[in-house]
Amino acid sequence: MHEMSLALNIVELAEQAARDADATRITAIEIDVGEIAGVMLDALEFSLSVATRSTLAEEAKLTLHLIPGSAKCKDCGRTFHISERWAVCPLCGGLSFDILAGKELTIKSIDIE
Amino acid sequence: MCDTCGCGDPESLVTIRKPGENESIMDHNRGCDDHRHEEKHAEEATHCHCHEHEGEHGHGHNHHNDHDHHHDHDHQHQHHHGHEHPHEHLHDHDHDHDHDHDHAHSQGQSRTITLEQNVLLKNNLLAERNRGYFAAKNLFVLNLVSSPGSRKTTLLERTITDLKSDQMISVIEGDQQTLQDANRIDATGAPVVQINTGTGCHLDADMIQRAIKELNPPDGSLVCIENVGNLVCPALFDLGEAHKVVIISVTEGDDKPIKYPNMFAESDVCIINKIDLLPYVDFDVERCVTYARQVNRDLKFFQISAKTGDGLKDWYQWLKTEAGTSV
Repeated sequence: MHEMSLALNIVELAEQAARDADATRITAIEIDVGEIAGVMLDALEFSLSVATRSTLAEEAKLTLHLIPGSAKCKDCGRTFHISERWAVCPLCGGLSFDILAGKELTIKSIDIE
Repeated sequence: MCDTCGCGDPESLVTIRKPGENESIMDHNRGCDDHRHEEKHAEEATHCHCHEHEGEHGHGHNHHNDHDHHHDHDHQHQHHHGHEHPHEHLHDHDHDHDHDHDHAHSQGQSRTITLEQNVLLKNNLLAERNRGYFAAKNLFVLNLVSSPGSRKTTLLERTITDLKSDQMISVIEGDQQTLQDANRIDATGAPVVQINTGTGCHLDADMIQRAIKELNPPDGSLVCIENVGNLVCPALFDLGEAHKVVIISVTEGDDKPIKYPNMFAESDVCIINKIDLLPYVDFDVERCVTYARQVNRDLKFFQISAKTGDGLKDWYQWLKTEAGTSV
């Protein structure tokens, strides 16, 4: 359940940014979570609801964007969707690829007052 | 803060000890458990939980739990601001709350701050700091990860004993509870520090930073970190190691690499242990290797039995070469 660690990190980063901006309240947090980042969205959502308690983000609206996984085949150069850390190129059957997207775990933005 | 329930602070939850040190600390994490699980108040006890929450919204809780469970909810709030503030209190204890709010609410002036910040930034920065420390001390550091029961500790015991004359090895042990593993390493004569994560499911860079100072390994030596037995969470947390080494035993399924791909994708080395049991199990080494290579084409494999010693020669050779070239 590393999602709780991540949620605590998210709240810490958000609170720090809010304090730096002299804000008293965080009203929204937007987070990008890659499809193959190794994070369960439900678990992260739940953890955030606990981790924000008694913080500036207590009433913040949480928006989690799932970023689809995408990879480029090293053999044929084709770009394709991946939903796992392993995949077979649908065009040439190649097993070697570079991950282009899907590993994100990023706080995009916060709304503050 | 506790990774599992968000209470307390890490200082009191994560303990770092050497064998023989503060054995009684084993009960250290009770406060955290009791905080959430009232049913654990099995014996007559008086608990005092003091929570300190950072931020504008500070409140002190004093829970006096005498097992009669009075639910009086005696709340005293002192709000120094002129608008309603919704509070939800879900406590089963007697409370004396003093709330002090000094919020300068600039109503309606909502702003958006773009952060674009990696959630793991803090851990990653600490891991890089560890990496710098390791480099300065010429330490070759491995992070051993696996499911519980793959015999990581047995492999370490054997490796330490067999390489005693040519390779100095010290160990950081990670477990939720107990000094069991540290005591086993201690018996081999190798320096060891035990991290107990309490309820935490992985080691992080901060714990390693604290543990390595406690361990104080000699310059130019090899340090093995035995992570908490867990094939999921430790994959995300860089500790500053040179390589992650994932260990799988043939008593597990040979499809583990694709069931838990993150760990195999993050590792550089895969040790297949307990090969002495291959005649008795359905584990197909070839299939396991094929699956693992689908996740990580560059993975290096060793097939060993930490018990009988089969295959360990290659592993030792790799260790010596890598430790020699990286330090």
